[in-house]
Amino acid sequence: MPSDYAYVGLFLIFGVAFVLITFFFARLLRPSRPNPIKNRSYECGETAVGSAWVQYNVSYYIYALIFVIFDVELVFLFPWAAAYRSLGLFAFVEMFIFIMILVFGLAYAWRKGALKWV
Amino acid sequence: MFDLAFYILAVLILGSALMVVTLRNIFHCALFLVLCMFSIAGIYILLEAEFIAAVQVLIYVGAVTILMIFAVMLTHQLTGKTIRQVNDQPIAALFIISSLLVLTLLALSKTTWEVASSSGVSPSATELGRALMTVYVLPFEVVSVVLLVALVGAIVISRGD
Amino acid sequence: MPVPLGYYLGLAAIIFTVGVIGVLVRRNAIIILMSIELMLNGANLTLVAFSVHLQELSGQVFVFLVMTVAAAEAAVGLAIIVMIFRNRESVNVDNLNIMKW
Repeated sequence: MPSDYAYVGLFLIFGVAFVLITFFFARLLRPSRPNPIKNRSYECGETAVGSAWVQYNVSYYIYALIFVIFDVELVFLFPWAAAYRSLGLFAFVEMFIFIMILVFGLAYAWRKGALKWV
Repeated sequence: MFDLAFYILAVLILGSALMVVTLRNIFHCALFLVLCMFSIAGIYILLEAEFIAAVQVLIYVGAVTILMIFAVMLTHQLTGKTIRQVNDQPIAALFIISSLLVLTLLALSKTTWEVASSSGVSPSATELGRALMTVYVLPFEVVSVVLLVALVGAIVISRGD
Repeated sequence: MPVPLGYYLGLAAIIFTVGVIGVLVRRNAIIILMSIELMLNGANLTLVAFSVHLQELSGQVFVFLVMTVAAAEAAVGLAIIVMIFRNRESVNVDNLNIMKW
């Protein structure tokens, strides 16, 4: 029932309000004396090298891509698992075929070295 | 109560969608896309399509926008912020867009929509799964082929050589 | 249903139109893909609204399939854009005026 989600909505509103109020009071209380060293991006105490906007390696995109494809596959497992008890062996065979087709994709990615961390 | 939630979500969706198509910084566009998709999931919850709302968050908020942000990081140009963002024919485009909007809203207001008289329970994940496994079994298997083709194709494209 | 069906359909139509604005007006290919996702979301909202108000399951199954295809489309489309950027140093669609290089 949607009315049960009113709690989720309240939680979201309180979460956002908490962060905003904290930032607001911090702005009221703190002194504002910026200088170039303070404004540098924080890298665990090390001196920052270059800008935070750097070009990433394309192979990171391939990891994101593989994640997306198998995320979508996972979403199909939920309704299958919910309906499994009433369907039995037929549903098992269907999902077996479904996953086997995608295993080819995983094997291809593995074979091409797309899973290797650089 | 429902009306209020609907209006708040509608304002959130339309505001963030307009931000997506107008902001200059592509990264901010991607973040507003996340907000827009999340609010649409809220609309699905108002419609009592809870499973679709969960899938919306998982696929769009969790996966597609992550991919968008990766692509923004990979194609970022240092000069990108000052470059012209709009193409050569915005006036013709706006004419087409406004006529499209007027036409759809006119058709919408002129039609009387039939609504099921019985307000039965809304379909759950179990019924969705049963429909996927029985009536829609062929689309279900084709989906895995689509995903396989997308995976192989995208790997071939982005590895280049 | 406390909110009538027409309101959901109107909202979906406006989301779709905003997506069309992005596709027709912007030059950046990634923004165009984002706008296509917006248009797909407008269509999805229409399908879910009809499915709930007509008590018919197939609309939600379709939304499920549309989301899958949208994810696949985003994966391949963004891969193409990333590769075009590596070759042309640009993701603006009006710079991409040759079919091979």
